[in-house]
Amino acid sequence: MGMRTPLKNVRHLGSAKEGADHFWKQRVTAVANVFLGLFLVWLIASLVGADHARVKAALSNPLIALAMLALIVSGTIHMRLGMQTIIEDYVNGEAAKIVLFMLNTFFAAFIALASIFAILKLSFGA
Amino acid sequence: MADAASGRGSRPQRPLSPHLQIYSPLINMVMSIFHRITGAALYFGTLLLAWWLIAAASGPQYFDYVSSWFATWPGQAVMLGYTWALLHHMLGGIRHFIWDLGKGYDLRTIDLLSWGSLIVSLVLTALIWFSVAFAGGGA
Repeated sequence: MGMRTPLKNVRHLGSAKEGADHFWKQRVTAVANVFLGLFLVWLIASLVGADHARVKAALSNPLIALAMLALIVSGTIHMRLGMQTIIEDYVNGEAAKIVLFMLNTFFAAFIALASIFAILKLSFGA
Repeated sequence: MADAASGRGSRPQRPLSPHLQIYSPLINMVMSIFHRITGAALYFGTLLLAWWLIAAASGPQYFDYVSSWFATWPGQAVMLGYTWALLHHMLGGIRHFIWDLGKGYDLRTIDLLSWGSLIVSLVLTALIWFSVAFAGGGA
């Protein structure tokens, strides 16, 4: 029970109860992904046929590692939001939707953690 | 159940919103569908990127094993498809940025942007793969 007027409570919030948050995060990560995605294409193209020593040297380079970490974070946020939209569009049952939202989050988190762990391990030795 | 309770006989024929199969495919509609499909493909394709990174972090032996999978022809086909999906989704995203800014909504521009994203994605994919092939496996 606050002092807010009803208008204040709904202002900037649509039926999803989160306003333009989803839309805006999708756009921000999309802009980042344009640059980071092109970087990934360049990186992989330059490492085609490379042996482990060269790949390790490339991925443990601080600038490349930073760009890879940025790509992983921005990419997994973007793909989680995108898959959420697909689920919202095609899955009608409320229970199935909630389960798929969770699986979506778990998958994105798994990809992010595995990839970040690999980059950090390559960067900090071992 | 509402029909039985209301006692008004048969259910009224309400208009249904027409769906995909009703329309003849226009290029912007097809590119919109491609955008979603490539997005979903990229989503699951991140498993390959994570696998490759984990392999690199695991050491030479496992990395060579994973590399040998990517070197097979199905592996190469997936990589080729991934390259195109990434570029097409990226160009589709840039098209959406233009539309987000409220520009490019006349029919000519819509067709141009839609065909453009298809053609440019194919050309860029070919350019990247030819340049890698002729550079003899990277710098």
